[in-house]
Amino acid sequence: MRAKTAMKPDPRLHFRTPLLETPFHPRTSAASRLNSWGPWGGYTTVLEYDDLAMEHSAIRNAATVYDLCPMVKYRVRGREAAAYLNRLTVRNVTKLQVGSVHYTVWCDDAGKIVDDGTLFRLAEDDYRICCQERHLPWLLDSAHGFDVDVEEVTDDVAALSLQGPCSYAVLKAAGFDVAGLKPFRMTAFPFDGGEVTISRTGFTGDLGYELWTTPDQALALWDHLFAAGGAWGIRPIGSAALDMARTEAGFIITNLDFIPAHQALREDRVRSPFDMSLDWMIDWEKGHFNGRWALLAEREKGSEWAFVGLDIDGNVSAEHAIIYHDKKHEVGQITAACWSPTVKRNIALAHVKRPYHAEKSENLWVEIYAMRELQYVKLMLKARVCERPFFKPARRTATPPGLF
Amino acid sequence: MPSFDAIIIGGGTNGLACAARLQTSGRKVLVLESGGAPGGGALGAEFAPGYRAPGLAHLVNMLDARVETGMDLSRHGLTWAATDLSSTALSATGDHLVLEGAAGEWLTGAVSAEERQAWAALRTELMDFADVLAPFKALTPPRLARGVGNNVWQLGKLGLRTRMMGKDRFREFLRMLLINVHDVLNDELTDPRLKGLLAHDAVLGTWLGPRSPNSLIHLLNRFAGQVAGKRASLAVPAGGMGAVAAAMAASVTASGVTIRTGAAVAGLIVEGDRAVGVTLASGEALRAATIISAISPKATFLSLLGPRHLDTGFVNRIRHMKSRGGAAKLHLALKGRPDFRGADLRSRLVIAPDEQAVELAFNAVKYGEAPDRPVMEILLPSAFEGGHAPDGHHVLSAIVQFAPCRDAVGTDAIRKRYRNQTLAVLEDHAPGITGLIVGEELLLPADIEARYGMVGGNWHHGELSVEQMFFLRPVPGIAQYQGPVPGLWLAGAGCHPGGGISGAAGWNAAERIVREVRS
Repeated sequence: MRAKTAMKPDPRLHFRTPLLETPFHPRTSAASRLNSWGPWGGYTTVLEYDDLAMEHSAIRNAATVYDLCPMVKYRVRGREAAAYLNRLTVRNVTKLQVGSVHYTVWCDDAGKIVDDGTLFRLAEDDYRICCQERHLPWLLDSAHGFDVDVEEVTDDVAALSLQGPCSYAVLKAAGFDVAGLKPFRMTAFPFDGGEVTISRTGFTGDLGYELWTTPDQALALWDHLFAAGGAWGIRPIGSAALDMARTEAGFIITNLDFIPAHQALREDRVRSPFDMSLDWMIDWEKGHFNGRWALLAEREKGSEWAFVGLDIDGNVSAEHAIIYHDKKHEVGQITAACWSPTVKRNIALAHVKRPYHAEKSENLWVEIYAMRELQYVKLMLKARVCERPFFKPARRTATPPGLF
Repeated sequence: MPSFDAIIIGGGTNGLACAARLQTSGRKVLVLESGGAPGGGALGAEFAPGYRAPGLAHLVNMLDARVETGMDLSRHGLTWAATDLSSTALSATGDHLVLEGAAGEWLTGAVSAEERQAWAALRTELMDFADVLAPFKALTPPRLARGVGNNVWQLGKLGLRTRMMGKDRFREFLRMLLINVHDVLNDELTDPRLKGLLAHDAVLGTWLGPRSPNSLIHLLNRFAGQVAGKRASLAVPAGGMGAVAAAMAASVTASGVTIRTGAAVAGLIVEGDRAVGVTLASGEALRAATIISAISPKATFLSLLGPRHLDTGFVNRIRHMKSRGGAAKLHLALKGRPDFRGADLRSRLVIAPDEQAVELAFNAVKYGEAPDRPVMEILLPSAFEGGHAPDGHHVLSAIVQFAPCRDAVGTDAIRKRYRNQTLAVLEDHAPGITGLIVGEELLLPADIEARYGMVGGNWHHGELSVEQMFFLRPVPGIAQYQGPVPGLWLAGAGCHPGGGISGAAGWNAAERIVREVRS
């Protein structure tokens, strides 16, 4: 007899499909006109559907859908889930209310970042961690001595990101009333015999939502959104457009903007929350957490690095460029950059040695090797440390959101 | 309740040694002992009506000289029923071989002149190497970093002294340092009794067979010990093993230390980022600026402090610290004098027919089984003095290896089998001994853990193996007796240089505390 329900693939046969397909694959592949794919967390995902400029433009002017399924997800449940997460991460989890989300990082003993991610409090003793890298062994080791269950649930959740100024209007047309939903809050709706949870979160720095459901509801949800959003020009976007948007928003990505402590091969590549200018999240009063002693010592002694936004002359993108002080001394490197169509500036995110991030930031230069018809054109361009995010529209946080 | 500068958790040998050294530095010290009397593994107890046996240790061979003289133990009642004990390699046919003096200075028994010569040469070499290692026992292990307060001068002196052996001997030292005892014995010796006894002594109290890598260093460690001023010597305290603990307790009490018995510590109090006190099982809270744990590191961090006050990586290291115990303790109440085919009962009796027998006994426990022919070290306290058993009766105390570890014991069947196999071996060497038994007690590693809090029943509070020695003991990062929580110190056998009735770890810890607070 054949099983009628879809089964999970036999893990022993992984070699036949080195990259998995997400539950939205029938729709994403149909929309992928460039056939431009890249790996993400073991899945094949769209880098560009048809036109990078149009995709990015839709994020800032219409409504876009991005397939979030490969994001690594862990479920943390149990009587001591909050105590466990308080010891694991740097923020104070007891301040996170049921139905809320916060951004956080977690460190190793040396106070170096293992990963960053968002923490969803689904119920009193029920949390979900969303992050870029897999590190279940670390999460399980950290659970020793706590009454808590930790499991990876990446495959059990199908998620879409609906981002753009018209995203609220699309949801309204789709029958989801999220008018009162504030940023970093979530709420659940019945959908097609199942349920979809909508959180006001995202990675674009714009008005936007993330929709969470089970894989069996995935295609119905996609179709429902596209049917409702036609009038607002809803369209899928790939990772390339999202990367531009997140750079404008000043958000970081693990392994692009910092190397996680458990993966770094070179001793000097690891970064602390201070190095990444994320120390504002640390709750020093909540009790012990992983890396606390090391971070206290670093707070005392000072940090080597700072993470800053740069505004660079010209319009040539400065990805991975080296930063110089006075055109002579190396003082940092750029991890993300683009010419921003939104703010019309040449922007970048960068690691800069202290104090060149602030007190001595006057005389910074970026060396760009621009490939022009098989020859590098070497540019030395002036760079200014500036505020992040580069783009922060009021519509992002307005509640109720605007009906554009 | 008067206030104290330091609270020591655990009134065993190391806890008392630490208390003594700290008190002389001018601190007010409180020792908390969960049992009815201080002493831990050094205590004796009545196991059958009228018969008293040493709890775990039944000989003294590693008493730290600083402890012995610094605590003036002889003035506080420690005398010896016997010193310079011989060791007898028992033969099932009565053809015993006796190692006389310190570590077999000379041999008595039927043994060839060549073998005597070979042993003398090997013994000289082992004693020389033990001499090199001995001073390291009294040292705080260094940290592998610059500018972290290592005693560079002292380390340099010891390193230079080691190198001064000369090129050939230094090379030989390095070759021997991490080798297994089985290979060395077969390179140098031929007499199975001698090889059996030495192989047995090397793995006594370890989770190693003679063929396991690094097993020779345990023999060197043994030869680096001292008692009553004599290197590699064995001694039996008058009045039983409890006399050592009693003398230590009397010494610290006389110097002003307060000992509270029946005071089981349930947890540590952490405020801010400091350990500031302890809570007792009764709920009572006691506070002091310095909290010292002389109990097992695993119990200290995983139970008393708890993972939530520690970093995950550190907790992993503590969890992964190996602490398997392979030694069981057997106590027999005998209604008459056993006869080990004429062997002198005022000797340490060892049943280990050859080095192979020791390895075979270890093989079984690797797979969670009981060996067919356990090997053992036997002492009859009643042969040295009265008071241990009714007149004419005897008490036999034996360390029997290798006992199934905690995980294997779950059924009475394996315990029964281990007991029966042990008695069968004893009967072969002392015909009729089983008929003399009027009372008995067998402590398997699981029982030792339950009674003494030694995790896994390991009497070093964590296996003493090369990868858990010196700056790796108990785990990297806290090998200097400190932390990781400020205000918390370690002073137990789980620290360098390990266990035994020694007090070295406790004394070292106290030295470190005194130095740290001064600076």
